[in-house]
Amino acid sequence: MSQGPSTNAPRRDAYDVVVIGAGPAGLAAAATAAKAGLSVLLLDENAGPGGQVWRAITSTPLADRTQLGHDFWSGEDLVRALRESRAEVIHRATVWSLDKALEIGVSVGGGSAFVTARRVILATGALERPFPIPGWTLPGVMTAGAAQTLLKASGLVPDEPTVIAGQGPLLWLLSAQILRLGGRIDRILDTTERRNVVSALPHALAFATSPYFRKGLALMREVRAKVGVVSGVTGLAASGEGRLSSVTYKVGAREETLPASLLLLHQGVVPNVNLAMAAGVEHAWDDVQLAWLPVLGKDGATSVEGIAVAGDGAGIGGAEAAALRGRLAALAAVEALAPAALATLEPAAGVRAELARAERGRPFLDLLFRPARQFRIPADDTIVCRCEEVTARDIREAVAIGATGPNQLKAYRRTGMGPCQGRLCGLTVTELMAEARGKTPQQIGYYRLRAPVKPIALGELAALPKTKAETEAVVRG
Amino acid sequence: MFKRSDHDTRPIVRILVEGTAVEARAGDTVSAALLASGRDVRRLTAVSGAPRLPYCMMGVCFDCLVTIDGVGNRQGCLVPVADGMRIEIQKGKREIGR
Repeated sequence: MSQGPSTNAPRRDAYDVVVIGAGPAGLAAAATAAKAGLSVLLLDENAGPGGQVWRAITSTPLADRTQLGHDFWSGEDLVRALRESRAEVIHRATVWSLDKALEIGVSVGGGSAFVTARRVILATGALERPFPIPGWTLPGVMTAGAAQTLLKASGLVPDEPTVIAGQGPLLWLLSAQILRLGGRIDRILDTTERRNVVSALPHALAFATSPYFRKGLALMREVRAKVGVVSGVTGLAASGEGRLSSVTYKVGAREETLPASLLLLHQGVVPNVNLAMAAGVEHAWDDVQLAWLPVLGKDGATSVEGIAVAGDGAGIGGAEAAALRGRLAALAAVEALAPAALATLEPAAGVRAELARAERGRPFLDLLFRPARQFRIPADDTIVCRCEEVTARDIREAVAIGATGPNQLKAYRRTGMGPCQGRLCGLTVTELMAEARGKTPQQIGYYRLRAPVKPIALGELAALPKTKAETEAVVRG
Repeated sequence: MFKRSDHDTRPIVRILVEGTAVEARAGDTVSAALLASGRDVRRLTAVSGAPRLPYCMMGVCFDCLVTIDGVGNRQGCLVPVADGMRIEIQKGKREIGR
């Protein structure tokens, strides 16, 4: 019997399994664990299920299924599976704390609550890699994902001079979707490094037999038939007074300036690590995906007992792999908490084999779309930390007078201390400081993340129910 | 910058932006409704007063901060519109008491 999405506080204070994030991995994990009879709570920040890839799948105004495409609508099966399960689902819930005791702080509708879990599955997905170019803070510069969110959830498409710049599968999918809806794209600036083709080539055969291959080629053909594409772009800058008015790009020594009121940037996605790191989950730098990935054991198990990571948060693998990882993490939880129920579920071995197939094309994509150095480690005048408005020069100067890593840098420049908590600058700061100090990103490290991982009002914290012992601990006399 | 799809048949929701009535659609987030309105909805940053518009639309960049029904620093990209909702564009820091 469906409980349906709710905007209320959790009904219980303890669950067998709490899943965080309702994208492919979270939907699959929650549905699988609930099917085994475990008590399951699924917490999600958005207004409905789907995460980013299936955003607004239950509410999009775009009913013509050819517009968003088959891969979007493939999410309906998992949404239905969840609805038919007994999992409790809370949308518009912001998880701001998770600790090693598996206690979760969650804010819903302006009030906070703590719940405990015997197993936690983090399915917090991915976010777009920072794309720090001159002028990227100007109004009118957005991520490609932002435009896709507007398109899926509200049926909005660009209608003024628009440039799309960057690389990766999403860029082509978004372009095709905008064009199908009659939106405007004036030029696509492809920043894929030509030499990447060489490093990716050994993986081309595996990719050619993956489902991505034919879909990708078809999308690129569809887009190229309607929009001019410039390949081999080596430099990008956005300009304007108070808002974007032009985009300048370079191909080697050649430079051109295009009028534009919208610039959509994209150079791939990276794991959204904030909650996992704040919970103490060990992460390591990945030199291929150029990001921090959780160090994982079997089926998404992390260094913290009872916490698993599934989906793109475990390393970018795409929606299909994410759902399979979600199922595996849930099967591991069922094995630990209710092994007798495993007999009613599909064996993990079969899911692992499916996952291996789904991940087959990934090394090729990772290497082909590995972003170029100049788009990850910007020149001096470019803003790195958007919240505190700190430039690459500020950071290099701080290194010159002794800042050793991202955490020391906070005391010098406040980088990462604004409301986004490093989500839009963290990778850039790590790589920039590593380069400036001649170290590896692993040696330089990352911001030390702590709860609350999203800002909450002090009044919400103060209103949390306290035990007698907690009150006595701070009362004097 | 953006136009609505001709296929959009969702019901109209009326919000107030700086006191002016603006039509949104049920299911829009505040940020989507503001971007679709065609109005100048640029906020000003707390640090330098530079103008900004939403960047990520998925709850991570905080460039969509806005005052909703008198409460400042709300992430407009995560809040769905509701009839009669009052939106003010935030100029600089959140004011004490709102």
